[in-house]
Amino acid sequence: MIVLDDVSKQFAGAKEQALSHISGTINKGTIAGLVGPDGAGKTTLIRLITELLLPTSGTITLQCRREEIGYMPQKFGLYEDLTVQQNLNLYADLQGIVGEERERRFTTLFEFTNLSPFKDRLAGKLSGGMKQKLGLACVLIKTPKLLVLDEPSVGVDPLSRRELWKMVQQLLADDITVIWSTAYLDEAARCDAVLLLNDGKLLFTGTPEQFVKGKSSFEEAYIDILGGSHEGPSVLADAMVQLPTEGKR
Amino acid sequence: MIQVEGLTKRFGSFTAVDNINLQIRAGEIFGLLGPNGAGKSTTFKMMCGLLSPTSGKAYVNGLDLAEAPGEARGHIGYMAQKFSLYDNLDVRQNLDFFAGIYNLSGKTRADAIDQMVDIFALSPYLKENAGILPLGFKQRLALSCALMHRPYIHFLDEPTSGVDPITRQEFWNHIRGLVTKGVTIMITTHFMDEAEYCDRIALIYRGKLIAEAAPAVLKQQANAPTLEEAFIHHIEEYDAKNPL
Repeated sequence: MIVLDDVSKQFAGAKEQALSHISGTINKGTIAGLVGPDGAGKTTLIRLITELLLPTSGTITLQCRREEIGYMPQKFGLYEDLTVQQNLNLYADLQGIVGEERERRFTTLFEFTNLSPFKDRLAGKLSGGMKQKLGLACVLIKTPKLLVLDEPSVGVDPLSRRELWKMVQQLLADDITVIWSTAYLDEAARCDAVLLLNDGKLLFTGTPEQFVKGKSSFEEAYIDILGGSHEGPSVLADAMVQLPTEGKR
Repeated sequence: MIQVEGLTKRFGSFTAVDNINLQIRAGEIFGLLGPNGAGKSTTFKMMCGLLSPTSGKAYVNGLDLAEAPGEARGHIGYMAQKFSLYDNLDVRQNLDFFAGIYNLSGKTRADAIDQMVDIFALSPYLKENAGILPLGFKQRLALSCALMHRPYIHFLDEPTSGVDPITRQEFWNHIRGLVTKGVTIMITTHFMDEAEYCDRIALIYRGKLIAEAAPAVLKQQANAPTLEEAFIHHIEEYDAKNPL
């Protein structure tokens, strides 16, 4: 279980707090979806949870050690000039995974990611979806107790996104706790819990069912909590001249 | 408005794009979809003149991108992922730079920049570096930079990857507005709700055009309730017929 107790973060020189009085819990063996507009503080919260930053005030209780956290940042550090296998070797070396355990782990991860046909391909030559899967495999070389994924599905196609999601679901069965930040509301809607951040404040924490209560869709609830969206005619279109749609112009 | 004939790109022995034909009408929103690594971006780059094909032709507004690249590009606006701009240039410098590359000069240039600053309320940010703008303003600036030369065609390469739903909604509001003015939109996206906004979709897979139709038709062909299901169905069907 992760407990956030009145957590605030103020960066030196900044006028506003990056995070302000965040409290909430994430239960063991569940997946929490972290959503909110760009600049809301999602990545800052993730860095506090992964102990890469310290809060200015408040406490975070993780019930696991730092080495037991698996963290995949937005731009995961794959070595593009190394092959898929060499990247995995490197991360296994860094984690001190050797001998039989190492081979067992590689076999599991290759099965898990379907990357075996691409073992010898340079990581730089992988597609976006495959890079994310390899990144996740590197993070999972040593099974974490807490897995934190910062927008893992950005730029990933629907098929790979589905595979990534399935991979993470399998981990939940092993009692691993997952935090998944995303701009895809369909992903957040499938999580056990939803945390919505805006301007450094936690505007909602609860189940997806509670989130959509009284609204027709997850998206409508999201927009509503954030104070509505800009509708009406586009000022840009108003300024453009009418182009003919017939014939060559 | 856009015509693509037998477009092919080979890198060494690897065929990234294999004989693609497309015709896109003026005022259409046309979506280019496909899994990562399928050849979608390569196709897209050849269509807007950022990459030259190994064989085949791409035309915009009747102009051959290989023969009249300068003139053809004058008809094109281009916007890259997540409203990419020159982060270490300020707003004014970004506008100036893009006005320059689209050959706007003199009064036309000054007027075009003023107009964009005016409609998007950019004046408080003119001296701010683009990199530190809030995403909503980055989006406005990116649209300004891509559209101030009033192109007929707007090429958008995954413009909304990693963008939150409210900013995406505002973005699509502008896109739909542009279409009412006769602008043609060519877009790639991984968001299936955005794909639904397209008049027609081309699905690119393993370098080939494997399906091309309106979203409703794609779903019907696949007997799928959602476009995501249809997308996956078309790909699996292609894999079944064309084993590696």
